[in-house]
Amino acid sequence: MTRAIELDGVALTLGSHRFGFDLEVAPGSFTAVTGPSGSGKSTLFNIIAGFETPDAGRVLLGGRDVAATAPGARPVSLVFQDNNLFAHLDIFTNVALGVNPSLRLNAAERSAVSSALSRVGLGGFETRMPATLSGGEKQRVAFARALVRKRPIMLLDEPFAALDPALRHQMGDLLAALHRDEGFTVLMITHDPDEARRLADRFVLVEAGHVAGQGAIADLQGDRVG
Amino acid sequence: MDAWRGMSGERVGGAFALAFILGFVALALAPLLRFGGAGGVDPQLAGVLAFTLWQASLSTLLSVAFGAVVALSVARRPHFKGWVWLLRFMAAPMGLPALAAAFGVLAVWGREGTLNSVLSFFGVGTKFNVYGMTGILIAHTFFNIPLAARLFTAALDRFPPTYWKLAANLGLGRISLFRFVEGPALMAALPGVAGLIFMLCATSFTLVLTLGGGPAATTLEVAIYQALKFDFEPGRAVFLVLVQVVLTGLVLAFLAAFPAPAEERAQQGAEARRFDGGSLASKLWDGLVIAAFLLFCGAPFVAILIDGVRADFPHLLADRLFWQALQTSAVLGLSAALLAVLLSWLIAMARVSTRSLIFAGGLDAGGSLILLTPPIVLSTGWFLWLKGGGGFAPYVLVAIINALMALPFALRVLQPAVRSHVERTRRLSESLGLNGFQRLRIIDGPALSRPLFMAFFFALSLSLGDLGAVALFGGEGLVTLPWLIYARLGSYRTTDAAALTLILAVVCMVFAVLGTPSDRRQGEAGR
Repeated sequence: MTRAIELDGVALTLGSHRFGFDLEVAPGSFTAVTGPSGSGKSTLFNIIAGFETPDAGRVLLGGRDVAATAPGARPVSLVFQDNNLFAHLDIFTNVALGVNPSLRLNAAERSAVSSALSRVGLGGFETRMPATLSGGEKQRVAFARALVRKRPIMLLDEPFAALDPALRHQMGDLLAALHRDEGFTVLMITHDPDEARRLADRFVLVEAGHVAGQGAIADLQGDRVG
Repeated sequence: MDAWRGMSGERVGGAFALAFILGFVALALAPLLRFGGAGGVDPQLAGVLAFTLWQASLSTLLSVAFGAVVALSVARRPHFKGWVWLLRFMAAPMGLPALAAAFGVLAVWGREGTLNSVLSFFGVGTKFNVYGMTGILIAHTFFNIPLAARLFTAALDRFPPTYWKLAANLGLGRISLFRFVEGPALMAALPGVAGLIFMLCATSFTLVLTLGGGPAATTLEVAIYQALKFDFEPGRAVFLVLVQVVLTGLVLAFLAAFPAPAEERAQQGAEARRFDGGSLASKLWDGLVIAAFLLFCGAPFVAILIDGVRADFPHLLADRLFWQALQTSAVLGLSAALLAVLLSWLIAMARVSTRSLIFAGGLDAGGSLILLTPPIVLSTGWFLWLKGGGGFAPYVLVAIINALMALPFALRVLQPAVRSHVERTRRLSESLGLNGFQRLRIIDGPALSRPLFMAFFFALSLSLGDLGAVALFGGEGLVTLPWLIYARLGSYRTTDAAALTLILAVVCMVFAVLGTPSDRRQGEAGR
């Protein structure tokens, strides 16, 4: 069976930091990426998303070598901890850019944007500006954009770190539901083992620029990682 | 009670500074009102006003347009090796005295300049004539394309780094990226940037005086100067002054409606990265834009350097007038700088101590009053008081006007530093019973010495290079370096002017660098 993500002998040097990643991720899985701060979790994501070019090795997404594929053409959606929305564009535009980067949308696509917003609980928010939204609502918009983008891989870099615990729980449930319905392959960086256990089925531990361990989520050790 | 005593001292100091500024300006305006405006709106005034606005509009349009193009290219290449130096270069023209810039522009674009040498080398018969609108536009864009580029680059740079990642991940192409990301950043900064540049160009005196060349290309400021200096028509000068004040007032009111352009970089620590601009066409375009920018804005600097080095220094050093001018400039510059530091200190301390909104507003207005009543307005008023000057008075007046010119900039550095310093130390100082001079010596002085020195050097650079305040009084008695350069240029002794310009440019640039907060120093200024 084709892996959703395969990193084969990927090596990268950034300044004095050396990274080397070997990783296989099954399609439709939900993987919690853990590890201490500065261990290379975000660099791993940057390599998959195309923001860093490896010095050696191969990156395969959906079985295709993406060495020559620009970030925008890779089968990847991104959600960051914050600043996921262009603050000067309204919510509709922010989501619609996920459909078509020149914003030429037909009627079906326009209604897809609205229904994606409804699905994340933000129906009717189309004309609002990001500044009027709470932190949790902004992350919901980022999810809606990932929904309309329909890319099979979703990379989330501490998406809930800026939210309070009750909201984290709620947003985690939303993410789990979206994962169940859409069958995305999800990689999520998190420092919260409880969150990882609740949402993920696999874990990857990154230490000192390498994958130091991986397995079923039940085998994840510790109360707080990193 | 002790706390109140300490704070009221600061308020008294601020009130004193404010009274000084208001008194000086009011006394300058008093004879203007007494003379009354004569002449009214005649075709000549209409022509001058129209030219003032037209050249300022064109200068602003060109500066903003090219500045935006340069900023887009520069912001796209944060990993370009000379990036930091490119940004520093953008700040360089601001430290160059307007008169030196005029010399540089003439050396490149003038009758005997580089451009005409190139034209004649290729056998082009027609000589490029720089005087008039062309020269004014070249000089204004020389100053303001870098300014616009710097402020626009900062605006693009202030976006969170994730924006560029998102844009790349969403596959935004060249046009979409401009439409949804870069364009909105530029548009947000545009009113502030354009308003600032329009203000600078509408009140530009030295460049228009030296490059305008004739009645067809005269702005209000230069017309005021000519009405007094050559025609001696005080009534007409007064009327022009009133028009000038109304004009600057309108521009200031417009500017107040928009946020001031900010220069600080965004996110500390977060490194800006761009994922577009990888294509060969994009690299060529950006390289071409940056090279053209460096050529246009760098050429006058190179010309000043080359002409200056070639000039006859021994001849200049033997000139008694040179030493006299140097001495006068030094005395004026030091006086102006000390006064600027004193006034800005008093205003800044009072500003953080007062709870009265009216007093605070008055202090803010007093600190930037010079923007409403430009140097030529103040010197006109005092010129009429003194019936032409002579004696010691003009020295004092020029020093005060120079100090007031530096005040808005000095306050911009000092005010935030004083605010954060006072917020950090006030309670502790009060609990230790440190007040008055003791607190100044032990707490405030050492902590604020850096922004104070910066204000000092900035004012020094500004005063040394200024021609506007001196122009009316300049002559047999009062000769400064810029005035001497202007006189030498007027009498076609260009090699003397070249040597003088080089000296003035180097000195002013050095002091301007010392007076400008760098990224690193800016952080410390508030520490």
